[in-house]
Amino acid sequence: MSELRVLIVDDSSVMRKIVERSLRQAGLEPMTVVEAGSGVDGLEVLKSQTVQLILSDINMPSMDGLEFLRQIRAQNLAAGVPVVMITTESSEEHVKQAILSGAQGYIRKPFTAEQVKERVLPLLAATQGV
Amino acid sequence: MVLNGIRMGAGLWRGSPGEMERAMTQSLRENLHLVSDPQNLDTSVDEVFHMMLGVACARSYAEVVPEDETITAVVGFGGLLSGACVFSSGASAALAIAAKLTGMEFAELDDTVKDAIGEICNMLAGTWKGRVPDLSANCGLSIPAVITGSNYNIHVQAPEFRLHHVYRFEDFTFSVTIICDGLQ
Repeated sequence: MSELRVLIVDDSSVMRKIVERSLRQAGLEPMTVVEAGSGVDGLEVLKSQTVQLILSDINMPSMDGLEFLRQIRAQNLAAGVPVVMITTESSEEHVKQAILSGAQGYIRKPFTAEQVKERVLPLLAATQGV
Repeated sequence: MVLNGIRMGAGLWRGSPGEMERAMTQSLRENLHLVSDPQNLDTSVDEVFHMMLGVACARSYAEVVPEDETITAVVGFGGLLSGACVFSSGASAALAIAAKLTGMEFAELDDTVKDAIGEICNMLAGTWKGRVPDLSANCGLSIPAVITGSNYNIHVQAPEFRLHHVYRFEDFTFSVTIICDGLQ
């Protein structure tokens, strides 16, 4: 399997590490993780690097995850790359907003590594044949 | 209480936003016993600790063991309910939580430990409000604020209701307080 590059966007460095650990426990190896602490930083990454998967928090300062999603689409960055939102906001309305903004998946915090695997692997199978 | 970074969900309402808010507020007031149900908090705490730390966590009827250095994380609620979720513990519980969450060892309340406790408080707040259908989509969360030090108190004047529970996991204790200081 060729190496995956994954962008994890979260203002919490602890949460970025937990998401990375969950992806590795899901068997996504070899994998390189690129971290961004905000939506603004995430957009800068996508302007200069290619990734095969994006996981983003929603509730972040300066640019929240939904605006980050809209900007990805508006700036035509990461075309065809699945985006999964990871957030404490779990209402049907929040899920709908995320999907309408362009997310392909949604993981509610708290989560287990198994839940990350269940949400992410089908998306990668569809786009990368993983 | 001033809360930053609050957003409110739009809801599936065909009337005006003001009508929706009035109807939801009435519903929240009528169901205040559900919003302030102590069992919701206990279940939320156990869920977060079980899923993220892999430990069982149960309510304790003792006080939090006092320590020289303490840490407090606050996540504000905004929207139909305003208030806050407050996590508070001594340094030893915070170090243990951060270690279990990250797989690393910590000797002091550094930035990573503060980040970890802020995230735990964020998940507690989100899980708690997610258990009340009317709150789930109509109450936003602020970015966590974390305070460390000794001999400090957080005081809120005349809250609508307040839940304050102490919990124990392994040999550590901490408290979680839900403060509702207004239903709009």
